[in-house]
Amino acid sequence: MKFSKEHEWVKLEGNTATIGITDYAAHQLGDIVFVELPNKGSKFEVNKVFGTIESVKTVSDVYAPMSGEVTEVNDELDANPALVNEDPTGKGWIVKIKISDPKEYDQLLDEAAYKATCE
Amino acid sequence: MKKTPLCHVHEALGGRMVEFGGWYMPVQYSSIIEEHNHVRTKCGMFDLFHMGEFWLTGPDAMKNIQKLVTQDIEALSDRQIAYTPMCRPDGTIVDDLLVYRWTDTEFMLVVNASNELKDFDWINHQLEGNVRLANESANTGLIAVQGPNAEALLQKLTRQRLKSIKFYWFTAGKVSGIDCIISRTGYTGEDGFELYFNAEHTEYLWNVITEVGKEFDIKPIGLGARDTLRLEARLMLYGNDLNDTTTPIEANMAWTVKFAKGQFTASEILKHQKENGTERILVGFEMGKGPAPRHGYPIFKSGKQVGEVTSGTMSPTLKKNIGLGYVPQSLKEIGSTFDVEVRGKTYPATVVETPFYKREGNK
Repeated sequence: MKFSKEHEWVKLEGNTATIGITDYAAHQLGDIVFVELPNKGSKFEVNKVFGTIESVKTVSDVYAPMSGEVTEVNDELDANPALVNEDPTGKGWIVKIKISDPKEYDQLLDEAAYKATCE
Repeated sequence: MKKTPLCHVHEALGGRMVEFGGWYMPVQYSSIIEEHNHVRTKCGMFDLFHMGEFWLTGPDAMKNIQKLVTQDIEALSDRQIAYTPMCRPDGTIVDDLLVYRWTDTEFMLVVNASNELKDFDWINHQLEGNVRLANESANTGLIAVQGPNAEALLQKLTRQRLKSIKFYWFTAGKVSGIDCIISRTGYTGEDGFELYFNAEHTEYLWNVITEVGKEFDIKPIGLGARDTLRLEARLMLYGNDLNDTTTPIEANMAWTVKFAKGQFTASEILKHQKENGTERILVGFEMGKGPAPRHGYPIFKSGKQVGEVTSGTMSPTLKKNIGLGYVPQSLKEIGSTFDVEVRGKTYPATVVETPFYKREGNK
């Protein structure tokens, strides 16, 4: 698993990247009450906004940590957005994308480097 | 940024500190939803040191307060409290405040922290005759204890018979040996009390209430839950639902404007607004699943912008999206529909009865 400075995580399996927000980000946001998901098939460039997460108090953009096309979205977040708080790196995943540039993965941070940005 | 005497206590409790109206305050300790539900079902305590307290005293104090605010303070009994707007001559609201009537020559005014200096200047410029205004905000501590367990908890700390204090009445008495104003008021829609005391006792009282409160399951509550609690109860937030451009009639608060008491600041213009209606009026609305309405979001009807959301949230008690906003009179009826724009998309909203939440039973 790798991480972006904007507090997303990426798990890469072949050409498919699963994306969510980090534990740290979920904790900072507090109770998440709504996740605006992108449409299946939509395409995003790296570092562009592809969704929005709302907590009781705040509205935060989610940035694409890699470029690609959305192949799957986590529909369960519609009914239960709190999954992002409960299990941000598991059941609280947000989208899966077919990546367009594997080299972007190398630009992401490893866990230690990411943790250092949170301090 | 100003700090309350409990700043280090909030930090030690894990409070997430933010700037609010020039003050460094806890927005939440655990989770806003948990804290919210805790006040609805058990009880919570709030550090409200930031609120402003003024004293208006003297032989002409009554004449002055009657002119300054829209409520009828002369009609109150001693030790009764009124929630009231204070208007400019054009009817716009300087602030919404509580007036505590001690006697007919002595009043305590509790004003919003963010308006403290504006209010003090405003009142000072209006005063006539033998009357004195004092700003005691820095010397006055304020802790609110709110929720179904609040009375039983505080009763352990005072000999005053709390059951006999009715909603929006107060008394003076000792709480754990400290002289307090014990006021049955709050900003949550629950039963509860607000305690005013000399600021030097703030930490002592906080700790005593925390300790004795254990058996009543008391928890500290941040400003985040304070906002969702007050919104469910349709209690106004100055800066959101009220501001320097809104009048009490527009805010649908005609019940706080007592024309029968005679002339007061803006009485003519407010009467005209009440009789003829205003262009816009504040309504409560609900939205379906989706993003929550929030302060500043535009309101559309038939593709045209006709108003603005002033407050909104996902309601932790009702588990749906609720909001307040100004709309034209034609959209004020229960069941009227309009659209709220969120990030470029519109979502349907329906006008509903307010308050959104009303606790069972009345004190």
